[in-house]
Amino acid sequence: MPEPADVAVVQVLELRAAMLAAIRRFFAERDFIEVETPAIVPSPGLDVHLSAFEVRSSTGERVGWLATSPEYQMKRLLSAGAKRIFQLCRSYRSDEHGSHHEREFTMLEWYRADATSDDLIRDTEELVAFVANSLDQPAPEVQPPWQRMTVDEALQFHANLTLDSLNGDEQRFFRVWAEQVQPRLGNERPIVVTDWPASMASLAQLKPNGMADRFEAFFIGVELCNGFGELTDAEEQRRRFERDQVERRAAGLPVYPIDECFLADLERGMPQSGGNALGVDRLLMLLLRATSIQAVMPFPAERL
Amino acid sequence: MADTSDIKKGFKMLLDGVPFAVVDHQFVKPGKGQAFIRTRLKNMMTGAVIDRTFKSGEKLDKADTEERTMQYLYPEGDARVFMDTRSYEQLSLTNEQLGENVHYLLDGTEVDVMLFEGRPIGVTPPTFVELLVTETEPGFKGDTSSNTTKPATLETGLQVNVPLFVNTGDRLKVDTRTASYVERVKG
Repeated sequence: MPEPADVAVVQVLELRAAMLAAIRRFFAERDFIEVETPAIVPSPGLDVHLSAFEVRSSTGERVGWLATSPEYQMKRLLSAGAKRIFQLCRSYRSDEHGSHHEREFTMLEWYRADATSDDLIRDTEELVAFVANSLDQPAPEVQPPWQRMTVDEALQFHANLTLDSLNGDEQRFFRVWAEQVQPRLGNERPIVVTDWPASMASLAQLKPNGMADRFEAFFIGVELCNGFGELTDAEEQRRRFERDQVERRAAGLPVYPIDECFLADLERGMPQSGGNALGVDRLLMLLLRATSIQAVMPFPAERL
Repeated sequence: MADTSDIKKGFKMLLDGVPFAVVDHQFVKPGKGQAFIRTRLKNMMTGAVIDRTFKSGEKLDKADTEERTMQYLYPEGDARVFMDTRSYEQLSLTNEQLGENVHYLLDGTEVDVMLFEGRPIGVTPPTFVELLVTETEPGFKGDTSSNTTKPATLETGLQVNVPLFVNTGDRLKVDTRTASYVERVKG
């Protein structure tokens, strides 16, 4: 299903370069340092809904996996004392392909030590507005502050359901979310959705109200980013990893190892932090009102 | 057995024994959640369009369908008879099955007949057909530019809106996808 290139290649190159330069300028102005972490990692993330590419050497020996996101290594840098870091890198997810997904895509991740998820939401709003202005895409609708809604409110508003009524049925939650909620999120202006169920916390801490300290921004029905008030409790993190491994085994999925270096660094001490991961291809697609991320990439898989 | 990875435009699947064709599809997956394929499907029997969401990897029943080029021969009661131009095999579809498409059938018109489990369920007419105007208000000479239109009845009973200069007896090119006037054909 090759999408027609609705933005010509040279124009794509220029726009991408301008966007990447704007992102770097944005973080430089805020005293972030740009970091690099490996693409081949000992554990690609245990999330049950993520699949990774396994990497083998020429002798058939497993070397690791391609990172589904640079999260573990960036958090280890926080444990090592870094305060404000960002990274623009390729991330790899083996089973994702569609007009908003590529198996290889560009991820922007940034972390702030001694910060909350609120600080990260503000960063996100300012960053998107900054990039839009830099690209000369007059976009009054992305100027901060963005509307905020909890997951429960979004469910009630768009599907007339409550989290309570779903009774922890995640399958049903994801279906309702995919069919009725997400397509309607942020149709006029971006919206930030907070307070996710604790079972979907992954690497987020829990809020005093028992919900995950996690947020996602949506614009025109597209998920733009996923951020956390980060979990810093190594024991709790190990419990979640082990639970993910059990779930993966039960679902017949490859069971990736636990990244012990990451847990050891958490144990040693990671400051209270906020982090966010944002799909850069999607950001450009949304700002240009393109119909697919493939339209804003010089080499989507189908043109390789 | 097929699964959701086979879904593409035009893929035909069986849902509760009814064949559906994929009109549109989208892979949706929250970063931290279950993947789905959202589809828009056309009921091949009735033409009705529905939305259906499948879990990524879900098994699907492929519909046993086949499309054959056939020639329209003649009406027979409530049905129309078609012939396979290579095998000379004949079959018929009811006017109800043909729906709007009965208006595009002239002696010898070639159509694509859709067969489901060996039985005909519908036809796709040529994108453009030429039809004679059998009735319309007299035309105004010279008015070839205004956007005003008037109704006209064509030889198959189809009603279309036409420009004022069109007269009874004119031959018109009609777009069968939109059931609309394209242009007057000379001669």
